[in-house]
Amino acid sequence: MSSRSAIDSVPNALATPDTVLPVTELGLKDDEFARIKEILGRRPTSCELAMYSVMWSEHCSYKSSKIHLRQFGEKVPPEAARILLVGIGENAGVVDIGQGYAVTFKAESHNHPSYVEPYQGAATGVGGIVRDILTMGARPIAVMDSLRFGPADAPDTARVLPGVVAGIGGYGNCLGLPNIGGEIVFDPSYYGNPLVNALSVGVMRADGIKLATAPGPGNQVILFGARTGGDGIGGASVLASATFEAEGQRKRPSVQVGDPFAEKVLIECCLEIFAEDLVAGIQDLGAAGLSCATSELASAGTGGMRVVLDTVPLRDPTLAPEEILMSESQERMCAVVEPSKVARFLEICAKWDVNATVIAEVTDTGRLEIFWRGELVVDVPPRTVAHEGPVYDRPMSRPVDLDALNADDASALPRPSSAAELRATLLLLAASPNLADKSWVTDQYDRYVQGNTALAMPDDAGVIRIDATTNLGIALALDGNGRYARLDPYAGAQLALAEAYRNVAASGARPLAITDCLNFGSPEDPEVMWQFTEAIRGIADGCLALGVPVTGGNVSFYNQTGSTPINPTPVIGVLGVIDDVRTRLRIGFASDGERIFLLGATGLEFGGSEWAHVVHGHLGGRPPKVDFAAERALAAVLCEAASGRLVSAAHDISDGGLAQALVESCLRGGRGVAVTLPSGLDPFVALFSESAARAIVSVPNTSVPRFAELAAHHDVPLASLGTTGGAVLALTGLLEIPLTELAAAATGTFPALYG
Amino acid sequence: MTARVGVVTFPGSLDDRDALRAVAAAGAEPVSLWHKDASLHGVDAVVLPGGFSYGDYLRCGAIARFSPVMDLVIAGAREGLPVLGICNGFQVLCEAHLLPGALVRNCHLHFTCTDQRLQIENTSTAWTSAYEAGAHVVIPIKNGEGRFVADVATLDQLEAEGRVVARYVGSNPNGSARDIGGITNAAGNVVGLMPHPEHAIEELTGPSSDGLAFFTSVVKALVSV
Repeated sequence: MSSRSAIDSVPNALATPDTVLPVTELGLKDDEFARIKEILGRRPTSCELAMYSVMWSEHCSYKSSKIHLRQFGEKVPPEAARILLVGIGENAGVVDIGQGYAVTFKAESHNHPSYVEPYQGAATGVGGIVRDILTMGARPIAVMDSLRFGPADAPDTARVLPGVVAGIGGYGNCLGLPNIGGEIVFDPSYYGNPLVNALSVGVMRADGIKLATAPGPGNQVILFGARTGGDGIGGASVLASATFEAEGQRKRPSVQVGDPFAEKVLIECCLEIFAEDLVAGIQDLGAAGLSCATSELASAGTGGMRVVLDTVPLRDPTLAPEEILMSESQERMCAVVEPSKVARFLEICAKWDVNATVIAEVTDTGRLEIFWRGELVVDVPPRTVAHEGPVYDRPMSRPVDLDALNADDASALPRPSSAAELRATLLLLAASPNLADKSWVTDQYDRYVQGNTALAMPDDAGVIRIDATTNLGIALALDGNGRYARLDPYAGAQLALAEAYRNVAASGARPLAITDCLNFGSPEDPEVMWQFTEAIRGIADGCLALGVPVTGGNVSFYNQTGSTPINPTPVIGVLGVIDDVRTRLRIGFASDGERIFLLGATGLEFGGSEWAHVVHGHLGGRPPKVDFAAERALAAVLCEAASGRLVSAAHDISDGGLAQALVESCLRGGRGVAVTLPSGLDPFVALFSESAARAIVSVPNTSVPRFAELAAHHDVPLASLGTTGGAVLALTGLLEIPLTELAAAATGTFPALYG
Repeated sequence: MTARVGVVTFPGSLDDRDALRAVAAAGAEPVSLWHKDASLHGVDAVVLPGGFSYGDYLRCGAIARFSPVMDLVIAGAREGLPVLGICNGFQVLCEAHLLPGALVRNCHLHFTCTDQRLQIENTSTAWTSAYEAGAHVVIPIKNGEGRFVADVATLDQLEAEGRVVARYVGSNPNGSARDIGGITNAAGNVVGLMPHPEHAIEELTGPSSDGLAFFTSVVKALVSV
């Protein structure tokens, strides 16, 4: 066949209705293919098929999750009206933080690419989410990441983790974005399916928001940034929307390759273009590449676009039109520009040595028309590609093993009782991979660049100064707990939300809004679908109770190897605002002779706990109780104590319980503490229970009466634990551990595992 | 009269705005310079900031060194213009042969970002006169290719002439020869530093304010001229 006659144009499709197309290979189901034929009234051309296949993939269309995500639009806390400038559906939500500033933030998964090729998979995950933030018109100001791997000592973890960390660092550092926090968790359920969730946050003036729309017939569509290559073809459909079998390595060509330098230049170029108000609409090219950008822009605008595909600058001139449409080459953006502004737009691109090409024009035909070698190869209503994909109400059923799992109560496990056993348990937990010091990882990330980082890991939240004159700032925390969610996805999702909310408050900021990254197994498994809907319900109800709206999010399905799904893992990012970043709270005990208090009530709660996991390899029972009224009250105490400068340090209590919180606050502050555990409570329970809505604080003596009054005012239980000072973590009458011994336990784990 | 200190932005520069902020905090007038500039716009001193100029592809600093503005910086430096190269800027200065030696991959092969203890050993340069000799300071270091190397004769010469400006104390973060964190040229107007003083100008956003004196030093030197 000659290349000329190989073009599958629209007339050709009409003339050859029975041509066999690679429907299944592109990930489309038979009924979906039938629907495409019905929409078009003919068989699709090969280019149209390529577009529909990527845009109707689970990754791009949210076809299994859409009907459930509607809850976020239905259960909206009243606070949303006041603070949400852009809600769910755009590239990222935008929140009004006051003083004329708007903040946009979002997390996105790059799980499968990071398993196949850890470095590039993780790197392009960062690149993609940063472009989403940039697309809103914002300057990206920080990144965070939530990472989950198989067992820390598993051979494949030694391949995946260092690659992922190097990829996140290599890309983020080169972009000049401080990495201010996140989490690293190990669990056997992620062996063969690690989770790499990257979050980015950006800031802009509230009147500078940009949207993904293509208004105005005659407006020019400019593709700018990197040239289009053959990398990442079908990444969204073939890679992100299917279950891994033993063929992971063969999917490597579906993973994109990142060029952070190109993205850094693209960011600066875009910000200069935004500053001169040169774009009418803008979209980044991520999953599904040009298919997504052209159809989404056209669909959200006046409804038509005419694209000359031959004008797309190529890295590989042999690419077929289908490949150009599906390529997920990184560092590309698509802007809609009024004709009178095109010259200036191109001038700024030239200043930054950024390639820019007019590839299309906005029309009022209501059709997305794409030409290749002079022939019409795509002629579709853009909404059918971008917004009217299939929607599934998939069957769901409560996992059959859940009753047995919930009945297998962790509090029945053998516990340490003697002082020596408690001491050994505390050290064992402090050294366990989930709780150990993570600086081996976080020191590979630049936390200082941009000069506005007021807090970063291992503090409870990342805090960034937004305005150097007024000291207005934001705080961000990112949390999840797959073990809790496995035991009860509704409660587990709420516990993730509560922890991130608490972490933001513990840094001294007022929680405002959330984003989510929902990592689950195959939606075609009814038990996974049940977990997913329970988690959504939990988040929506929780956000209503806490008064923090959902601004957007990301769904990642098919996280499983063979028929075994990962633990359901909703990861929640909470954004807070802090009026004066100078009042932010660190976790480290800051001075000797201060009083340490425990805020909140401790119960017998060991289901899904770190203790049960580390000591017994056990997962069973019920997760800790969720009490949003208690979380709100605790947050109010922490925020008011911070802004009133009543406390000098605060640390939330979560994984590993009070014991781990004390270990971290001692090590971070380089200062010991003498603690008397609350009477009437088994010391083991006091130390290792994971009851929620709790925190520890360090209070200078002169502030103790006012602080106690504040806690009483909000009805938050307050227990005096002891006094800071010395170089020993001492539990009166029980045990003493020198900080040097604690530090050796906590800091030795990662270097021993990964070099 | 206020000193005017320029900060060059190359494609891929990252800490340029931080350096401008540090210059302002030291009381000088910050001036942005573009890598294609054909003039130094009358600045009294120049900072080459940290980052990944041109992505650090080929070799760190190797492409930036050929930017049009660098011809002016090199000519100025030879006539006494104070020039401070931080991290990537230090690499550019070595590539431009304004400073000897080279910066290569860290010995442990990882990018590393830590709060580093340093001893200031030479307080006679344009950029260190505000320090007391032997002062210990804590300044962030963050690099993947920050290991200073030079042949033994060059290292001996640097030591003999007192041209080691800052030395790592406690731990050597990247395997640099003789714990060297920063050096100067013979005239003392050109200084290259691996640590980032612009990230240590206030305790809110850095581990200390120990880095500010690099910038106040040059202001003092310029005003007293």
